[in-house]
Amino acid sequence: MTNLQKYTKAFVEAFDVAEDALPTLVYQAVPSWDSVGHMGLMAVLEEAFGITLDIDDVIDFSSFVRGQELLRKYGVEI
Amino acid sequence: MWRFETHPERVAAIDDTGARITRGQIAALAEVVRGVVPGRQLIFCLCSNTLGSLAGYAAFLESRIVPLLVSSGLDQALLGRLAEIYRPAFLWAPQALVAALAEAAHVVEPPVLSDHGYALLRTRYEPVPLHDELALLLSTSGSTGSPHFVRQSYENLAANAASIIEYLGIGADERPITTLPMEYSYGLSIINAHLGAGATVLVTPRTLVEKEFWGLFKRERATSFGGVPYTYAMLKRLRFAGMDLPSLKTMTQAGGRLPPELHREFAEHARATGRRFFVMYGQTEATARMSYLPPEGSLEKCGSIGIAIPGGEFSLTDGQGNTITQPEVTGELVYRGPNVTLGYAHSAADLGKGDDNGRMLVTGDMARRDADGYYYIVGRKKRFIKVFGNRVNLDEVEQLIQSAFPGPECACVGRDDQVVIFIVGDHAAADVRRFIAGKTGLHPSAFQVTTIPAIPKSSAGKTLYAQLEASLGEQ
Repeated sequence: MTNLQKYTKAFVEAFDVAEDALPTLVYQAVPSWDSVGHMGLMAVLEEAFGITLDIDDVIDFSSFVRGQELLRKYGVEI
Repeated sequence: MWRFETHPERVAAIDDTGARITRGQIAALAEVVRGVVPGRQLIFCLCSNTLGSLAGYAAFLESRIVPLLVSSGLDQALLGRLAEIYRPAFLWAPQALVAALAEAAHVVEPPVLSDHGYALLRTRYEPVPLHDELALLLSTSGSTGSPHFVRQSYENLAANAASIIEYLGIGADERPITTLPMEYSYGLSIINAHLGAGATVLVTPRTLVEKEFWGLFKRERATSFGGVPYTYAMLKRLRFAGMDLPSLKTMTQAGGRLPPELHREFAEHARATGRRFFVMYGQTEATARMSYLPPEGSLEKCGSIGIAIPGGEFSLTDGQGNTITQPEVTGELVYRGPNVTLGYAHSAADLGKGDDNGRMLVTGDMARRDADGYYYIVGRKKRFIKVFGNRVNLDEVEQLIQSAFPGPECACVGRDDQVVIFIVGDHAAADVRRFIAGKTGLHPSAFQVTTIPAIPKSSAGKTLYAQLEASLGEQ
């Protein structure tokens, strides 16, 4: 699985949303991406990429697109 | 109610854009409201953690206009149904919702007045009779749009705020930051107590996982916040102990049982950093708060809900209605105090009713008292649990699932912050989960769906919930 596939799968499973909705998906755009869902997503991404997200990045992770930029800091190219 | 005319220069609230509202401005808004709302009326407040929402709510209370609080995020169809049941004469709603509301709730356009992003809208409903003591209507069920509300009096609000101010020692220099919805009794109690103390509330619709929340926290030097058990679980994951928050002095917790290991961790953190950590207990039926665990005892009495708040009193009763006097005996927890609310309402017809409770609340929680007089909740008498601070009726969840997925049986049990649904047969667990999350408005992770071959039953055909609960321990 490519990094993009892993990243996409994490969102689809965490928020139960369709893949084509992801590029424009932002925090709280769907009911499942609330603070509870957010922490769940963070856990899945940490596990999937074997990283530990810094607190500043956890609270800056405001969209599907923003997350890709942040993960680059951890050497995860998507 | 909160004497806004005294110290009119003091800032009552600041939002995340830096905008602020003074006590004098709230008093002035109350004056304007009295000019356009004829006498005592019922008004739906569509709440958010914003200046407009807070100012309107405070101005209505000040003017003896009775607000019924719901979330501004409540589904329009549910809101329309609730309006049919309660027939509010006015709505106080975010400007952005005005157009949509014209359809949903018999609104007469244009708005009567606007303030801080909120608009006052008149409806076509005729005024309904309101009891003289009735101050406020609060829901117990979160965002489901259920018509089940608690009737709170002016005395209830004043008494509970005074108790909270006393035991937390709230002064005018406090600056709590919002972490809970305003329409939720615990979130509202923080606002009420701090308005009562002449303090400044930092309001934000942002959540703990957004940098804008922490930006406001640091910029405006928040001194306290409250949280439900899930808030503390999340703070732990956010590595809260490592955050640099020099202004923070007090943390409070309510809205369900905090797992003992989290209780201990935050109590130890507070002790090490010179902060105060209060574990508390309450219900909307008691306005908000019934007990608190003094921070001095937070480690020694870990797991306890503490002692009754000033002005209140706990007792325990056995199954026959006798008061239990010996320590370490479990009984049903009963609370007496001036904050015990008037009773419930299920429709507009109930708003003329007086006090049904006589200042006594049978909590439905089973508890024990230790030799030092500290109380410990051991379970629920009825099948209710709290998930992410929202009360969930397990029997109701079972009924909802059974009506949507007919045929095979299901049974629900609760554990901290989760409903575990046991279902017989081949229903897709994900479908059941999605369905019940949608129905209750709770996050899907609040539900675990487990397929089992059969629901354990007694010879009388009753579900053996204890056996299902025990099976959770083995997972």
